[in-house]
Formats: sequence, structure tokens, C-alpha cells
Amino acid sequence: MNPAASALDLIRKQLHLSGTKEGCREGDCGTCTVLLGELNGDVIKYKTINSCLLPVAALNGKHLVTIEGLNNSTLTPIQKVMVDEGASQCGFCTPGFIISLTGSLMNKNINHKEMMESIDGNICRCTGYASIKRSIEILEMNLFNKIDLENNSLKTLVENNFLPEYFLEIPARLKELNYKEIRIYSSGENFIAAGCTDLFLQKENQLIEKGIELISSNKTQKIWEDRNFIYIKANTTVNEIRNSSILQKYFPEIKNHFELFGSYQIRNRATLGGNIINASPIGDMTIFFLALKSILQFKSDSSTREVNLKRFYKGYKQIDKMPNEILDLVKFPIPPKESYINFDKVSRRTYLDIASVNTAIYLVKENKHLKSVSISAGGVSPYPLLLESTSNYLTGKEITIQTINEAFEFTKKEISPISDVRGSEEYKRLLLRQLIFAHFLKLFPEQIAMEEII
Amino acid sequence: MSRYDLIQHVRGESYFVDDLIIPEGTLYASIFYSPKAHGKILRLNLEEIKSLSGVKGIFTSDDIPGENQIGGIIPDEELLAKDEVTFIGQPIAIIVAESQTTAKLAREKIKIEIEDLPLIIDPREAFAKGELIIPPRMFSLGDVESAWKNCDIVVSGKAETSGQEHIYLETQGAIAMPTEGGGVKIYSSTQGPTVVQRTVARVLGLSMNKIEVDVPRLGGGFGGKEDQANAWAAMAALASFKLKKPVKLVLPRQEDIKVTGKRHPYSADFKIGLTNEGNILAYEVTFYQNAGASADLSPAILDRTLFHSTNSYFIPNVKATGFCCRTNLPPNTAFRGFGGPQAMFVMEAAIYKAAEKMGIDPFIIQRKNLLNEGDEFPYGQKIKSSNARRCWTELDEKYQLTEIKNKIERFNNSNILSKKGFAVMPVCFGISFTNTFMNQASALVHIYSDGSVGITTAAIEMGQGVNEKLRKIAANIFSININKVKIESSNTTRIANASPTAASSSADLNGKALEVACNSLRDRLTGSIRQELKIENNISVHIKDELVYIIDKPTELKWEDVIKSAFMKRVNLSSQSQYATPGISFDKGTSKGNPFAYYSFGTAVLEVTLDCLRGIYKIDSIKVLHDFGKSLDKVIDKGQAEGAIVQGLGWMTIEDVVYNDQGKLLTDSLSTYKIPDVHFAPENIEINFLENSINPMGIFNSKAIGEPPLMYGIGVYFALINAMKAFRPNNIFPIAAPLTPEKVLLSLYSNLNEPISSNIS
Repeated sequence: MNPAASALDLIRKQLHLSGTKEGCREGDCGTCTVLLGELNGDVIKYKTINSCLLPVAALNGKHLVTIEGLNNSTLTPIQKVMVDEGASQCGFCTPGFIISLTGSLMNKNINHKEMMESIDGNICRCTGYASIKRSIEILEMNLFNKIDLENNSLKTLVENNFLPEYFLEIPARLKELNYKEIRIYSSGENFIAAGCTDLFLQKENQLIEKGIELISSNKTQKIWEDRNFIYIKANTTVNEIRNSSILQKYFPEIKNHFELFGSYQIRNRATLGGNIINASPIGDMTIFFLALKSILQFKSDSSTREVNLKRFYKGYKQIDKMPNEILDLVKFPIPPKESYINFDKVSRRTYLDIASVNTAIYLVKENKHLKSVSISAGGVSPYPLLLESTSNYLTGKEITIQTINEAFEFTKKEISPISDVRGSEEYKRLLLRQLIFAHFLKLFPEQIAMEEII
Repeated sequence: MSRYDLIQHVRGESYFVDDLIIPEGTLYASIFYSPKAHGKILRLNLEEIKSLSGVKGIFTSDDIPGENQIGGIIPDEELLAKDEVTFIGQPIAIIVAESQTTAKLAREKIKIEIEDLPLIIDPREAFAKGELIIPPRMFSLGDVESAWKNCDIVVSGKAETSGQEHIYLETQGAIAMPTEGGGVKIYSSTQGPTVVQRTVARVLGLSMNKIEVDVPRLGGGFGGKEDQANAWAAMAALASFKLKKPVKLVLPRQEDIKVTGKRHPYSADFKIGLTNEGNILAYEVTFYQNAGASADLSPAILDRTLFHSTNSYFIPNVKATGFCCRTNLPPNTAFRGFGGPQAMFVMEAAIYKAAEKMGIDPFIIQRKNLLNEGDEFPYGQKIKSSNARRCWTELDEKYQLTEIKNKIERFNNSNILSKKGFAVMPVCFGISFTNTFMNQASALVHIYSDGSVGITTAAIEMGQGVNEKLRKIAANIFSININKVKIESSNTTRIANASPTAASSSADLNGKALEVACNSLRDRLTGSIRQELKIENNISVHIKDELVYIIDKPTELKWEDVIKSAFMKRVNLSSQSQYATPGISFDKGTSKGNPFAYYSFGTAVLEVTLDCLRGIYKIDSIKVLHDFGKSLDKVIDKGQAEGAIVQGLGWMTIEDVVYNDQGKLLTDSLSTYKIPDVHFAPENIEINFLENSINPMGIFNSKAIGEPPLMYGIGVYFALINAMKAFRPNNIFPIAAPLTPEKVLLSLYSNLNEPISSNIS
């Protein structure tokens, strides 16, 4: 099997396990969801992943679980409740839902919101989700009282029939494998990849032709701070960023902001570095870290180089990066105490959709005045854009409707949205204006009267 | 255990076409499609790929042994385009190779030269240019022309609905393999095995008995596999027939979305006239149906549009006209509701516009004009038993429409950037294929010598739970444990000349046929028991819970004993039966008749919250009172209602099928075509069953459920407009679904200086 081929093909075509379905092959439906278990010390951690976007190479040394691997002689409580509630109709999406929900229970301290979040990447065209929601509620009622969710170890899940017994042997079996991390899977012009969640969509054929080089899945610290900067390794996943205590300390809402990034499965794989290098004009994380004045640190064999994120993009999908360079680190100055940050995004469907427009604002206030302002916006130019003249205009000003309205005159000139499937030019212009209002309304509700902005 | 299908589903053990274990040596097909919406094929260069390693065959229209024709209603659709292409995605050539990847890579190397011809995307433009697929259709009742003068209020306008992509999660596909004697066996993901059989026979120039079609189950159909599974089955069959090898063709998602038809976009003009009291006196409507490049099922769909032009209302003077317009889009096709939803949207738009002009709530007009028993539809059928008013009244009693209105007004008065809205949506949907001859079905029941039962019908299990319903019917009639009953795949060698699983009728028609077969078997079995035990005819014998009862007294004799003894006595333990819906007819010449066996009724109330800053919205709740008849299975029926509703909501809101002016589909993947997800679906869906509803025309008094609830979704459009109106009382909002967040925001801020509602408390 080509290491750059998708795990879905391995599962369906080589292993002939047909419970994992191909629904879209772009991570937008969740029918191919699998669990991937990775050993860290003695502890195994499972994540739900879209197998269509997962290169076979990434399975090295891991435990891959398909629906067949969850089946016991009797139905698991998740399977049973979905049967009882009729939460499966045609059945095509069902294995994916079962995997996602089972995966959510493997997280400690699971709550209702997180269970719902675990299926935001699973599409069902038959049920309208009502019976699925009922199943989850019943499951929770039976679960939350019975099981010690704080320490819901594999053992607890096995004891309660959520997982087959063999799961208990897996950590030892993985350890026995004693695998060596392999990075380069073919010679020559490899694709350097991390999560692959977007690379697979765009370049599956080339990946297979040229081969893949996976950035090591680095188990050491990925996010840290010193006196001046916060550092994030480029291969940090969206969910790792959302759950980082350091980032949560400075950005209490970061978990919510990035809940709208892809799906749960994608957030488990997609990385900050991938989002930045991919150079999509509407990358959610790029927009956020752009406003924070991030600096990119590249590594090549011989040297290290730093680039300001705001100077990194040269045109549509044009980036300031040499072929031999790898993005290693993203760093940004620690926000001062008087700083404010907000992120907003509108897409046709709120969850698992690409933004029509997204924007972040990062500002520092001094008394009534704005000491510094940094607003970024996606979907309004060929690349993620820092609204420099808008930000400059606002710097030093007082927050009033009038100032914001005046700033819009600069915004209008520095953006260049185009009409496409995510919205017309007219819509994107209006929407960005609305979202900038939304930033100020959110951050300074007492200073902005709602009546004034409509 | 009951719910056999679901148990397989949750374990990932159900087999869809792509999951079937295929024979060694199976080849893979990939289709080369037209890149242009309209043009003349000047040159097609296939030479280069013929010699590629792994490529086993390339087939074009020249290779078709029979007829290059798959049009069912009208023969206007080539299987493989020969000289002219009429839409982007029209199949031109089949490439067969040892692997999927090889077939796809070979396809990419094909070169084609096409001379552009003028193309049409818009149905009104097609109409203006005389591009009609069938002559105009017209239904009328009373005399609208003379009625207008009696009206106090007359409102006219335009209403439009866009298409809708099915997004059955299992894409189109088929596996074909040669059989002895030069025939072909096909596993197809189709709602209509007989139609596939007929189409393949036509294309291969074979008699139907040489084509066997087997359908395990579908991963969703929603109408998209009623007619449009034919082409893929025929292409796989053609390749298999020519190469004498098994050939598999399963469409990747993006191809499926690009090349298959969708729900028909409609543009319509309406004129409605009412009295000051809100009685609708006259309604005139003209539908321009965007049929796409060929007829497909469009004429039948247009008929249903006209049948449902007045939704759940009685209007004494109606004129409804429909034009089936040919454009250069992929042929549009059946989609849950089959033209009915498009008609009801226009009716509701007319009522909304009238209410707006009269300064009253639309639900005042809706309630006033609901159907009563004896009311006549524009096509002449008089309604025998109407639950339209009962459903409305019981919904109103349960949820208090006026209280909902007041609650929303209070909310809106105390919120500036967030507004709520609501709408009521009654639905009346006729049950039967409107093509009368299609209302027939047959069943084949075997009782095996161990007492287990195998049933074949042409009802395709595609998530609607028909297998479970059929099992229940058989288990109920035989009075045996449901686990003894198995539903077999649908197969044309076991069931011939079947109608597709469509029109919400699969449980009705196949259930009735099954009832006939089971009853005759039961009679044979009781006869056998009488013979065995020498019991006179005047003494009652029956089986209950797998035990023989004589005059209501249990005996020692079990179901298995009965079967064994009947078998030894050479009693026929198989039964084949047919059912044809009685009492229906429709004259297409006069457009009058009684096309429907019965009607399905219900009413819904929908509430939404609008974020007036961002133009995004949330559907808070939909509460429904629906007439299920006497439900065969409440879990299944409720699930059907909920699922249909959310599909309807998607169609009205975020599901946007967008073509560019060259006929190219822009929303061609799940990343650009968004269907409802778990967060988009309403937080609260409440389905209430109308009590004491019986329906002798349905199996065990049940009613069809597949399609009708979808149309409750239409209400969300008007609930959103209601909320938008609360924010911008003076704006006139477009009547063109879907109401995407983009459309909402642009119409809320169409005039940035417009003052907002001043009555903020």
C-alpha cells in the first residue's frame, strides 16, 4: 500500500472491512470516521479521525479501530440506544456516528456539549438528527450517574460494554511493537505534511505519485511561554490549541472560537502550521494569529529564519517560503493585561463550513483610547489580510460609532473581495462591516449603542 | 430481535452496493462527461488512452447493441451522447480498467473538441424560446376571470424556489456481471429495479428476462434513484456485456453531485383574490419548471405541482398552468414531494403577500380557507375525509398560536439586534402515483419447512423502514414472532413489473400485496390443520402467538408443527399476490378525475430567531400535528416526519444549488453545498400523532408518511420573513428560496439608512 494513500482505501479495499463508508472523500460527511489510538507512555489516547483524509503512513505504530472493532457479541449501549430510538434510517452514516460517540466517551469528564461536539462532523440525511439527539440524552441519563466520568478509563468502558475487552491489551501490544517513527516514505520530491486534512482534498493524486513526508508527531511540549512570547509548534492540532491551558489563560474564549473550525474529526488532525502554509484566504486559525502579530519561524538544514505572518502572503496561495524550509514554530507577543481579543465568523452553515468572512481583532486600551489595534479579515482578499490602514486609523482614537464608521472608509479601500460560491462581493463587504461592529459590540457593549449601528 | 436492519446498521454490517463482495477479476468503470452545457461534438480522441496499461475497454454510443436511449416518459435522453451534448456532466464514454485509479487517470487524458451552441439556464427564457418538453398543462375549477371582480383584495407577484441536491449518503452505483446465455445480472442502487431492467434491456437489445436486477438496500434515495439510477446500471451493464467481465461503477461524491439531476427549480407568477374577511375566491398560478436537458420524470412532477397548487385550501376559482421548460442543466428529477413542495411554496407566498397587503397575520387567511369534507380540488376530486381542520385546531389548542404570536412580539419589543418570527404551515398531500397504472404491487412469500418466512416485494429499503413494516404485517397476520420473518433483497426475477419505491406508497402498495399473500397462506394453513385434526368447518381454528387455537382454546400444536405437517401434506407454502389500488382514475385529456386513494394532512408551527447583525438565524422549534392514520410503527413514522422536515428546512434555507451562466454547477461538493447538520437542525422538533384517524385505503389503517412532512419545512421561509419584518417593518422581502444568510443580510441592509422598528421598549 502506498503510504500516501488514504486509510479509507486501506480499510475498504485491502482489508475488506466495509463498515467504514465513503460518503464524500473530503471530510465533510463523517461516514468514514475511525478511531486512532496513540500510545504516550503507558496511556493510550484515542481520537476520532476522517479516514479519507488520513494517510496510511500516519497509522504507523498506532491502533486503528473501525466499527468492526467495536462490535461485541451484544450491542454496545450506544448501538442499542440508536436502535431503540430509530436513530438510524438508511444506515449509511450510522457507523460513523457510533464511532464518534464512542470516541467522545474516551475523553475524560465528558459533558453534553462535548458529546454534541463529537458529532458535528457527522452528516445524516435521513433522521433530521432528532432521534440521534434523543439517543444521546438517554445515553447521558444512563451514563452520567453510573460511570465515574472523571476517570473513565478504558477499563470502565470495557466493563460497561462500550468497548470490547481486547482494548485492554492494546497498550501492551503497541508497546511490544516498539516501532520507530518513520518520517520519509519515499525518495525525491515529497510532500511535507502534518494533518493532511486539506492536502488530501487538493492533491491526493500528487501525494500518491510523489510520496509523503510526515512531520513527526512530536510528543514533547507543543505550547509554551516565556517572558515575552507564547510559542506554538507548527504541528499543534486545533484541538490541542483549544485545550491549551496557556492559551486559555490569555484567550478565555479560544475553545469556542475554534469550535467553528472544520469538524471535531478535522480539529483532531488539522494543525496550525498546515492552516498557515495552506494559505487559504479564509483560514480560521491564520486569521486569529494574524491579528496577534504572529511571527513564523522556519527551519531548514542550515538555518532558521523568521517572517512576520502579515508579510508571509504574497498573493493567492503565494507564500514566502523556500522549498527546503519547514515551518517549525509560531510565536507572538504575550498580550498585555489591558488587551482585548475577539474572533467572529459567518458561514452559510454555522458548523463545519468555510467562512464567507471571518475576522479577528486584537487591541490594547489605555483609558478611553485605543493604544493599538490589529484587525484581520479572511474572505475579503486573495490571502488572509491584516487590515492595516483600518487598524492604523483606529489606533489612538476613542471608541465611538463615528470613529468606527470613519475607519470603514479605510476598510473599503484595503479589501478586494470577489464573488464566489461563499458569497457575492457585495455581501462580503457588508458582512465584514457587520462583523467589525460585532467585535466592538462584544468587547465594549457599554460604549456602543445598538441602535446606532443599524 | 425486531429492527433487524438497524441492528445491522449500527454494527456496520449492512451491505450497500459498494460493500458487496465482488467476483475475482472485477473491472472498474469511470465515465467521461461533457465539459460543455451545449455543443456539437466535433472530435473525440480516445486513441491515446486505448493503449494505456490496465485499460480494458472504452465504449461510446457506437458500441451500444440496442437503443442509445434511456428516456422513460419521453425518449429524449441518450445513454451516451453521440453528436450533441446538452448539459455539463452528460456521459459520453465509459472507460473500463483494472482499477478505479487507472480508469480515472485514463479518463483525464481524453481530449474532446466541442463547438459551442447557445445555451439556456433559465426556464422563463426556455419558455420564451418555445423550448417546452411537453405541451402546457392546465388545471382549472370555476372561473377565475369572472371571480376577480368579486374580490376585495387582489395581489399578484412572483415566487421562486431553487433546486435541491439529494445528498443520499450512498452515491449512485451498480455492479454488472455476465450471466449464462448472454444476459446480465446487475446489483443496483435504485428505487426502481424494474425500470433499471427495462432500460438495460433496451440499451443492450435484449429481452427483459435476460436482465436480472437485484437491490440489497439503499443508503438513501429521496427520489434521486427513482429514474436516475438507470444510467449507471446501463453503463456498467454495457461494459460488462461487451467485455464478458464483472464491472463496477460507483460514483465519487463530486461526480454524483455534478452530473445527476436535482429537485426542480421553479419560477412562478401568482395572482390571488380575497374578500375583506380573508376568504380566498380566486387563485391563478403559472409555473415555469426548470426541467433540465431532457424529460426524465419532469412531466409527472409538473402534474403533481398542479395537483397541489392549492395546498390544503379550498379555492372555488382556480387556474393553474404549468410549463415544462427545457434548459441545459442536468435533467432534474424526483425529490421527496415530487413537485408538490414547489406548488405549496407559491400558494403560501400568495397568502403571505395578501396578508401583508391586508395588514393581518397570514394564519388568519390560512385557517379560514382550510379544506372541508366534500370540497373539490381543481382536478375534480372531492375530498371524502378531511382532517385538515382537525389537525389545525388540535395544534392550536395544544400550542396556542395567539400566545406564540404574543410571546414573539414581547421578545421583539425588548430586543434590538435579535428578532423572532413564526409561521404556520398546513399540508395536504395526495397519496397514489398520479399515473394510475403504477398503483400496483406484488409480493412473494415463502414459508420454509422450518417455519421461517422469506418475503420479497419491490419495496426498496432506503431508510424509510419499509422492511420493518412488512415484517410486522406478515408477523401480525401469521401471528408469529417477527424474528421468523426475513425480507429478501428486491429482485426482478422474484418480482416482475414493479413500480418504483416512490410516491410515499411503498408500505401501502407492497403491504397490501403482502397482506393478500399472507392471508391466502394463512387460509391454506388453517385448512391443513382442519384436515390434520379432522375439525369441521363450523369450528373456528386459528393461530395465535405461534400456537394453534381451536374455538379459542390453545392446543399443543405449534407453528413449526403446522408448517411441517402442511409440507408433508404437500400444501403449497409459497404465495404470490398482486394488489391494485381500487377506485382511482385520472383523465389526462380533461385533467379531471380521482387520482388519489386518500390524502395526508397536518399542520406545523415554526419559530425562528434571527441575528440581525450578522444575518444568520436559528430554527428554534417546529411543532407538528400530523395525521399518520393508525401508525404501523410510531418510531419509524416519527423518524420519517422528523427527517423529511429537516430536508424541507434545508431546501428553504441553506441548501443552495448554484450554476454559473455557462451551466456549470458551482456548489459541486459537500464543502460548498451545505445540508443541515446536528447544530442546524431545530433544537426542538415535536411530532404529535392525530388521534382516532383511520384510513381503510392504507394497510391496517395506516397512512403514507414519506413525503408529506417535508412540506412543513416551507413554513421556515415565512417565519424568517416574519422576523425580518420585525427588524425592518418597511422592507419588502424577496420571495425566492432558499433564504440563505447572504440573502437575509443583504435584504436587511438593502437600504442602510432605513430606520429600524421604533417601538423598542
